[in-house]
Amino acid sequence: MSANAPPMSAPLSSAPDTVSDRLRKRASRHVKERVIEFILFSAASISVLTTAAIVYILVSESLTLFEHVSLWDFLTDTQWTPLFDDAHYGIMVLLSGTLTSSFVALAVALPLGTIIAIWLSEFASFKTREFAKPVLELLGGVPTIIYGYFALMVVTPALQSIWPDLPGFSLLSAGLVMGVMIIPYVSSLSEDAMRAVPMSLREGSYAMGATRLQTALRTVVPAATSGIASAYILGISRAVGETMILAVAAGMQPNLTFNPAEPGATITSYIVQVALGDLPHGSVGYQTIFAAGLTLMLMTLCFNLLGYYLRKRFREVY
Amino acid sequence: MTIATDVRTQAKAEVQNLNFHYGAFHALKGINMPVHEKKVTALIGPSGCGKSTLLRCFNRMHDLYPGNRYDGKILLHPDNTNLLDEQVDPIEVRMRISMVFQKPNPFPKSIYENVAYGLRVRGEKRRSVIDERVEQALRGAALWDEVKHRLNELGANLSGGQQQRLCIARALATDPEIILFDEPTSALDPIATASIEELVTELKDKVTILIVTHNMQQAARVSDYTAYMYMGELVEFGLTDQIFIKPQKKETEDYITGRFG
Amino acid sequence: MNQQDLQAIRAIITRHKRWDMLFGLLGLLALMVGVLTLTVLFADMAIKGASRIDYDFLTNFPSRRAGSAGILSAWVGTILVMLVTAFSAVPLGVAAGVYLEEYAPKNWMTDIIEINVTNLAGVPSIVYGLLALGLFVYKFGFGQSILSAGLTLGLLILPVVIVATRESIRAIPQMVREGAYACGATTWQTVRDHIVPYSSAGILTGVIIGMARAIGETAPIITIGALTFIAFLPPAPYTEVFPFISFDWLTAPFTVMPIQMFNWTSRPEAAFQVNAAAAGFLLVLMTLCMNGAAIWLRYRLRRNIKW
Repeated sequence: MSANAPPMSAPLSSAPDTVSDRLRKRASRHVKERVIEFILFSAASISVLTTAAIVYILVSESLTLFEHVSLWDFLTDTQWTPLFDDAHYGIMVLLSGTLTSSFVALAVALPLGTIIAIWLSEFASFKTREFAKPVLELLGGVPTIIYGYFALMVVTPALQSIWPDLPGFSLLSAGLVMGVMIIPYVSSLSEDAMRAVPMSLREGSYAMGATRLQTALRTVVPAATSGIASAYILGISRAVGETMILAVAAGMQPNLTFNPAEPGATITSYIVQVALGDLPHGSVGYQTIFAAGLTLMLMTLCFNLLGYYLRKRFREVY
Repeated sequence: MTIATDVRTQAKAEVQNLNFHYGAFHALKGINMPVHEKKVTALIGPSGCGKSTLLRCFNRMHDLYPGNRYDGKILLHPDNTNLLDEQVDPIEVRMRISMVFQKPNPFPKSIYENVAYGLRVRGEKRRSVIDERVEQALRGAALWDEVKHRLNELGANLSGGQQQRLCIARALATDPEIILFDEPTSALDPIATASIEELVTELKDKVTILIVTHNMQQAARVSDYTAYMYMGELVEFGLTDQIFIKPQKKETEDYITGRFG
Repeated sequence: MNQQDLQAIRAIITRHKRWDMLFGLLGLLALMVGVLTLTVLFADMAIKGASRIDYDFLTNFPSRRAGSAGILSAWVGTILVMLVTAFSAVPLGVAAGVYLEEYAPKNWMTDIIEINVTNLAGVPSIVYGLLALGLFVYKFGFGQSILSAGLTLGLLILPVVIVATRESIRAIPQMVREGAYACGATTWQTVRDHIVPYSSAGILTGVIIGMARAIGETAPIITIGALTFIAFLPPAPYTEVFPFISFDWLTAPFTVMPIQMFNWTSRPEAAFQVNAAAAGFLLVLMTLCMNGAAIWLRYRLRRNIKW
């Protein structure tokens, strides 16, 4: 120890605090901490407020619509022509477009996403994974308007060269491109779930003489089921809520059809179409987009909550 | 030595000059030892001595991870196949040699499907054959009476000891030539441990057993032969009674009598 | 095992390994669908749009003649909207993330917040547009302005920022907190001096990804009623006289890159499609660069930090 080091017992400050000084400091520190905590809490509750605001806006505007239109008509009418003189408000028409395009997209995204996830988690080498995951992430980062342009200008003409009867706007080409867009959502969450399966299970399977594919399909995938299911649900929710690809490439005319080779409007593309026009605030047409939005919100809310609980469950298993 | 000649005649497998590397780490150094047919051979030694590493060479478990290298041979009799030969498929090796792990690792499937797994992996589809083999294996693992009425329940619902016996049944179902046990009781309570030990002694009439254990009493209780390993080397191998009563090497004696650091 | 049995299992193994090989190829093929789409999409826009990308394209306003139309108002609008988005989403998101990780008690209120964050991450972007139309545009009277658009996108990427903040805070080991508390630090001092600085790179990654998403968002902006034809710039954010700074731009009408592109895409004339390709190329280049930067940052982070 050097000679000029202070003795161990020297106080840090020259004037020793009295007991009341210390109490006052503690109290002020306490108040400051509480204020900061409250500010942070307020920031966190923005998420609750946002949800509440979404529900309030959608419900209140929709309710005004339902003063003119009966809920029964809304759910059962087979025409959707709110902006015509002979106005019909059958949401089924828009739902059919949403379901058809989602079906096409999911027929692409779920199998491909699952195959990629299994492949990345069980087959690919470390290096391949390091290359493939960022590529998939980029695929998920491309703006959807770009995908819409791609569907309209590249995929539709390509499909028409094989199948000349396909119209210039179709749910099919929009759905196909949407499927590719959704692949990374499905594959990344599924892969996470599979990688969370403990190595001991894999070793158990390999020790029985199983091949990679057998281990993947018979042990890893069953063990990761709830995680994979939540990935699927996220994919479904994305497909149902996708807007721009459909607005650009599927045409926007309401069409009660389940044939993907036809053009059609979805809930989302209808909202875009109305918003592009000049609809006065408070008109019936203005209210219909909120009713359409409410329908969409209810659908995705169900999927999101289901996915949330499934994800929680697969986290708890291991 | 009399033991050495004994060894040749009844060996089910022989380790010859085995070296093993994890990347740059030399984990097993020049191991030579026999594994006697229908006997229990115990591998003992302090943590990190390489006993589990040696065990996992027998079913080529190390092939699952990159950067591992084997040199030397493990010959499996009677056909004299070198298990470590690159020409020999690890899957073939694992179909002949089963393994029971440190922690029970039943698959997230029914009890029945857990036991049937090895058969399914081999492409067996005949229901009657699978039924019969599952029952046989569960009886062999002394679990049949406890689970025969709930074969469709999840394997994970069983108690720890039962789960480990389920894993033993899974290993038995495919009629392996050797079963490897990697510290099978380290995650179990004393009562479950006793039942597993009893099972191991019963099983040796049917199958050759190689068991890694950190518990010397266990080695003394269940094994016929014991190998003491230290720092990746085989220090001493011999009849269990001989190793425990009159070890040849000072290090072995120190470890067994608990004088080891 | 006799020779016959050995032959039998070898035959089984050969058969099973063929399936393994096949699946290996299938996986590669599936991945190629993604890689190929990305390549074709990028190449198509680059080839079609390359001829239009020059200095004039960047400095011209949109026009009725495709050949002299440009994206000046669009990229300026995008930058201004992104400013509002960043200034709203980053502080709120980081604060919310810090609260949930470091302060939140385990009770029903916290559960509700967590469920809401998860749910908001999955709400379709167009629903945010409807929220903004009802709330910002009409209830708050912000109009179809840069402020409305920026706040909308801010809310949209809030969950992304919150999740990124929480994940990078979770990566900080407990011993760092214990070390700080053991020195007598309060919770806030621990957060300010340790938690936020150590997680800042991870947060930045999340912010970049969120902003990349916001830049390309089209649907919510269309929904609030952004105009597609804007041939003027918003007022400048600085003035000649005191106080030298002006916020008039916040309430100005605007357009952004994806809207401009959408507008051109929906025109029937082929010449406008070329413009759309050019604008799309620039847009996708921006988002890919931002995503690439985030991926690189995350890679660096994973390599450098060893707790």
